[in-house]
Amino acid sequence: MAETLLAIRGLSKRFGGLLANDRVDLDVVRGETHAIIGPNGAGKTTLIGQLAGDLRPDAGAIRFAGQDVTRLDAPRRSRLGLARSFQITSIFREFSALDNVALAVQAHRGGSFRFWRSAREEPALREPARLVLDAVGLGARADALAANLAHGEQRQLEIAMALATEPRLLLLDEPVAGMGLEESQRMVRLLGTLKDRITIVLVEHDMDAVFSLADRISVMVYGRIIATGTPPEVRGNEQVRRAYLGEDATP
Amino acid sequence: MVVSRRAIVLGGAGLLLALVPPIAALTNQPFYVDLFRRMMIFAIAAVSLDLILGYGGMVSFGHAAYLGIGAYAVGIPAFHGIENGFVQWGLAIVASALAALVIGAISLRTSGVYFIMITLAFAQMLYYLGISLETYGGDNGLRLAARSRFGGPIDLSQPTVFYYVVLAILVLFLVVGRRLVESRFGMVIRAAKSNEPRARAVGFSPFRYKLTAFVIAGSTGGLAGALLANQTEYLTPEFMHWTRSGEIMFMVILGGMGTLVGPVIGAIVLLLLEDVLSALTAHWQIILGPTLVLVVLFAKRGLFGLLPIAPPDG
Repeated sequence: MAETLLAIRGLSKRFGGLLANDRVDLDVVRGETHAIIGPNGAGKTTLIGQLAGDLRPDAGAIRFAGQDVTRLDAPRRSRLGLARSFQITSIFREFSALDNVALAVQAHRGGSFRFWRSAREEPALREPARLVLDAVGLGARADALAANLAHGEQRQLEIAMALATEPRLLLLDEPVAGMGLEESQRMVRLLGTLKDRITIVLVEHDMDAVFSLADRISVMVYGRIIATGTPPEVRGNEQVRRAYLGEDATP
Repeated sequence: MVVSRRAIVLGGAGLLLALVPPIAALTNQPFYVDLFRRMMIFAIAAVSLDLILGYGGMVSFGHAAYLGIGAYAVGIPAFHGIENGFVQWGLAIVASALAALVIGAISLRTSGVYFIMITLAFAQMLYYLGISLETYGGDNGLRLAARSRFGGPIDLSQPTVFYYVVLAILVLFLVVGRRLVESRFGMVIRAAKSNEPRARAVGFSPFRYKLTAFVIAGSTGGLAGALLANQTEYLTPEFMHWTRSGEIMFMVILGGMGTLVGPVIGAIVLLLLEDVLSALTAHWQIILGPTLVLVVLFAKRGLFGLLPIAPPDG
């Protein structure tokens, strides 16, 4: 159980005068849901960007499943099993919900240098996509245009696209951001059903979501991880309270 | 099997195009065979641009380059006495594919305005290269002694035979293009157009797919160029001028980007307008310009988008 799936060592990223990530060390154990919390501007999204392969680190290394992925680009990391959702919803708006997920399936199954057969008539793409849509609760919306889905549904669709790539690690950047209470509860329930199957790195501001999902929590402040521990440990950590949680945020 | 209204309308339109030569013969107006053949040749070029512009989001402002390469691939061998059509047209396709490979490999590393400017710059480079080819007429261009020879019944010196060859190529390319954009390959370039970061995040490396589409579009543009040289029976560097690239792009936008059929309508309407208006007045461009502006303003999805058979977005 204590096998490390993702190992981050000395990861640093600077934007001009701002040191967004300052020698970050972090181990994510296979099977856990690891939340990263911290105030705005702490560098959480920068960290996700480097893990997903969109940002090139200035220093440090990222090992995923025993392989050094520091120099791999985003598509290659995705094909290795590192899936992500974006902080701002990112979907193929002009395509149906089912198309969106089928594209994710396609990216991971067989080649895409196929020029003749209609991709929309391939059961090998459509059937797995339909199963994933059902699993996230969007089965009834399969044929709806992604742009026409409600905000919460679009976030669910993003999760579906990530799941369709059969990931070993799911990077979620604020999955309940901008959601109403009901929508965010539905998302937390959905993530709750996934956490037993998939390792998750969760960046989130919603403390209810974090404390109900996370097995461990790392606290990031000014680009550094100042504490890592179980939810009770983090809640009881004086330094964390002072730096971030504040008195009224105590769950 | 249910035949859709769309299939009936498109089939009818194809039939109308096929009826142009007999009607022109009956009404004793052979000029129309020439005009519609010219429209269809530009339609092939416009459809090939639509493949990358409408479906791949690649705003190539240098598509006339391939038209020129294809034309010179006919003209230069002809100048040296090689009039075999298979050689000339084969060369047109291969040479423009290679040019597209080089141009695409460089310009696809950029995006947005830079992509537009680089593709434009490459086309202008080829335009000036054409002017510098003194042996082949420089900026005066080159007259073809004869149209490409294929032997057998395919005798392009017969206007009607040439017409049906062009029509067949256009229809074939529309069918192949339709399959292409619906295939796995097509879905990747459309997804990359829709949202490239998302396409990368699900595991696609869009570059190689976009480059492949760019090469397919370039080689088809080259074939259109070979046809155009046969149409006009001469060729000049003007084939590659940036205004020509703009004209092809306009056909795509006028007819409807990302529809394949739309650019055919765009090519026909634009050339028809030019023809009709230039017969009315020498200042026909003053009428053409505002007409086009109105179409673009009020038909966001082009002329094809106004038809009830247009497919939904996406």
